[in-house]
Amino acid sequence: MSSVAFDESPHVPPAEVPEVELYHPKTFIGRYIWSQDAKVIAVQYAITAISVGVVALVLSGLMRLQLGFPHTFSFITPANYLQFVTMHGMIMVIYLLTALFLGGFGNYLIPLMVGARDMVFPYVNMVSYWVYLFAVLLLMASFFVPGGPTGAGWTLYPPQAILGGTPGANWGIILMLVSLAFFIIGFTMGGLNYVVTVLQARTRGMTMMRLPLTVWGILMATILALLAFPALFVSAIMMILDQALGTSFFMPALVSKGQHLAYNGGSPILFQHLFWFFGHPEVYIVALPAFGIVSDLISVNARRNIFGYRMMVWAILAIGGLSFMVWAHHMYVSGMNPYFGFFFATTTLVIAIPTALKVYNWVLTLWRGDIHLTVPMLFAIGFVFTFINGGLTGLFLGNVPVDIPLSGTMFVVAHFHMVMAVSPILVVFGAIYHWYPKVTGRMLNDTLGKFHFWVTFLGTYAIYYPMHYLGFLGVPRRYFAMGNTVFIPPSAQSLNVAITIAALIVGAIQVVFLYNLIWSYFKGKPSGPNPWRATTLEWQTPHTPPKHGNFGPTLPVVYRWAYDYSVPGAAEDFIPQDQPPGRKAPGLEEAPDASELGPQKPGALVT
Amino acid sequence: MTTSLLVLAAIMAVVVWWLLRPTLNVKPWVEQRPIKNVDAEGTLPLPPVKVGLGVFLAVATSLFALLISAYHMRMMAADWTHLALPRVLWLNTGVLILSGVAMQWTRAAAQREQIDSVRIGLIAAGVFTVSFLAGQLWAWQQLNAAGYFVKTDPATAFFYLLTALHGLHLLGGMYVWGRTTARVLRGVEVGKVRLSVELCTVYWHYLLLVWLVLFAVLLHTHS
Ligand code: HEM
Ligand SMILES: [Cu+2]
Repeated sequence: MSSVAFDESPHVPPAEVPEVELYHPKTFIGRYIWSQDAKVIAVQYAITAISVGVVALVLSGLMRLQLGFPHTFSFITPANYLQFVTMHGMIMVIYLLTALFLGGFGNYLIPLMVGARDMVFPYVNMVSYWVYLFAVLLLMASFFVPGGPTGAGWTLYPPQAILGGTPGANWGIILMLVSLAFFIIGFTMGGLNYVVTVLQARTRGMTMMRLPLTVWGILMATILALLAFPALFVSAIMMILDQALGTSFFMPALVSKGQHLAYNGGSPILFQHLFWFFGHPEVYIVALPAFGIVSDLISVNARRNIFGYRMMVWAILAIGGLSFMVWAHHMYVSGMNPYFGFFFATTTLVIAIPTALKVYNWVLTLWRGDIHLTVPMLFAIGFVFTFINGGLTGLFLGNVPVDIPLSGTMFVVAHFHMVMAVSPILVVFGAIYHWYPKVTGRMLNDTLGKFHFWVTFLGTYAIYYPMHYLGFLGVPRRYFAMGNTVFIPPSAQSLNVAITIAALIVGAIQVVFLYNLIWSYFKGKPSGPNPWRATTLEWQTPHTPPKHGNFGPTLPVVYRWAYDYSVPGAAEDFIPQDQPPGRKAPGLEEAPDASELGPQKPGALVT
Repeated sequence: MTTSLLVLAAIMAVVVWWLLRPTLNVKPWVEQRPIKNVDAEGTLPLPPVKVGLGVFLAVATSLFALLISAYHMRMMAADWTHLALPRVLWLNTGVLILSGVAMQWTRAAAQREQIDSVRIGLIAAGVFTVSFLAGQLWAWQQLNAAGYFVKTDPATAFFYLLTALHGLHLLGGMYVWGRTTARVLRGVEVGKVRLSVELCTVYWHYLLLVWLVLFAVLLHTHS
């Protein structure tokens, strides 16, 4: 490449990145509450997101109790069931996964991995968290208002979302929409930080193509979110106006309970377009960070460079671009022009190509790697497995003729839980086991971790495999109880009991994980700076946990990509990104010179 | 939704172009010598706030493009009636153009380090902007008086929504304008505010452009 200047002298000039003026907190409150340090903000995001996640988990347990043992629990009414479904879905997708991946992992990992002292706009970053917290509190408040939270389903389709028959059609829906609007404002503040930090604050030598895939995944997901969330924002505002001021953006002329409502001519389909314009990219907002993190977990634990790094980056870009062109596959049943249906079915199948590429590359990285079955690795492999599974059922649903009978059944519930619930959650767990030592300086307990993994992994299969079958039988989703439905055999009920028991076990076992998080914080085995012997910059910090400012007096200089594992001739089976070439590595006779090494193909490094 | 798709396609094209520029086809696994040339690392030669503003403008573009798409889709419904736009909008447009001109002039003054002109320019831009916002409120007032409320018909509702969102963006800009002007009045040197002035100028031009597009869309579809 013409613009790369080769530096002939062995001396490396000091970083040309200007030193930044860091903000210096003096009090406890300044350091841990109103903090502008991305690492503290990350932990704040993570704790908040996991806390609401627990609420959503409890809601799913209640739903399962109802489905497994109908007519047993007098405190779950049909209206409650719908409210649980809605809040569970919305919390899990937006307030847990999006916030945790981008606000949590993004904040912690981006500055450390690119070699920056902090995010570029620390103050805005802090405000981002507090706006997020406010959005969460608004959402939680909706449990306590008259009428309770909204029961419109996480898709919030009008007109029913704001009609009297739906639970929470007054206060509930308004709080939900306002909370979403605040979430989006808060996210935009954070998102600006993540993007600009990756673009502008990389340390010397950290070219884009030397970024770990984790950063690529988070970067692309943030770009998608920045561009897609405005669609949700617009629809939230328009629906608030429809509900509160009586405009007719989405509300058609209606007769409700024998009365003509004042609405006229609005278009529910318009809402669906806007919603899915956001909703489909949202799937990838959750998936891309997971893809990135998994690539790194696999590479570290297989002690091999990731197979096809460039292909992985291209795939991330391609998925990002395509994900804006498939939204209407959620609307096959809304009576659209069949040619549109054909277009969207095609783009949906095309997006499977880069996705499949990524899966092949993970498998090829594992292939004949020196696999260390650590807890993070178990979760990563569990992810690849589950993702393939969910992807296959997705091919069913991507076809219009197959989708039409299955749409609205438990098959869909099983499919999307596999791809966008269980898969990313497995990555979240893997990532927490992986980076917890950096955050706290202590390892999580291994035995508890393995126990947690196996019960969660096998348990989710016990939950969702049978659910596909229920879908084939025609069991609809979002139903409080089936009653006497002719086409559904009684055996479906026994299956439902089994699913509920599995779900309760999986839910309960998460306590072990939370216990592990707290116990290890005080009693865990000290981890040292680099317990996984990884190459990326966050493991090379002078302090663990990293101090404010992340790195020592000077920023690290990067000489290589993030995947130098098991390089032939190197002293150790990993070379940190900031280790200069040609310098004698400890214990090595003669370090191979860069020019003598010659080009290496990815995958050619297996010994 | 075609508008939004086109806009998004354009934004994504910029993203991809930019990412391709540091060349996606380097072979990172080949060991390279330290890189001296900062350009080769793919960083834009701009201060982070400018890049941040650019990213924010992309977000705002997505927002307004989606609104325009929604407007067009909603227009197709049977109950659509065209709106009689208040005349004062023409005057407002002129005032907003003047505020953009004032900003541009201030920017030039800041580059020439003429603090007095910067002060005058900023205040002029502020006055024009406030007049624009007042004019928009006046337009609302006129519609109201003529019996067009948000509830009356969708075209009116969209009019209120579009102008409100545009106005809110301007108000956000006025916050930065206010801080910058306060600092100029307190007598800081030009170098300390030059960047803020530049950011304001870009933002004002952007919002002027958005307003022109919105106005054109409204005009195109009014009675
Ligand atoms: C142990 C874990 C989980 C269990 C047992 C569970 C169970 C359920 C149940 C029973 C439903 C309602 C089905 C219906 O009647 O339509 C549901 C819906 C849903 N779940 Fe989960 N879930 C779990 C985890 C997650 C996670 C991690 C996510 C994150 C993406 C998620 C996202 C959703 C969504 C989006 C819906 C659809 C809501 C709607 O129909 O409006 N779930 N889940
Ligand atoms: Cu989709």
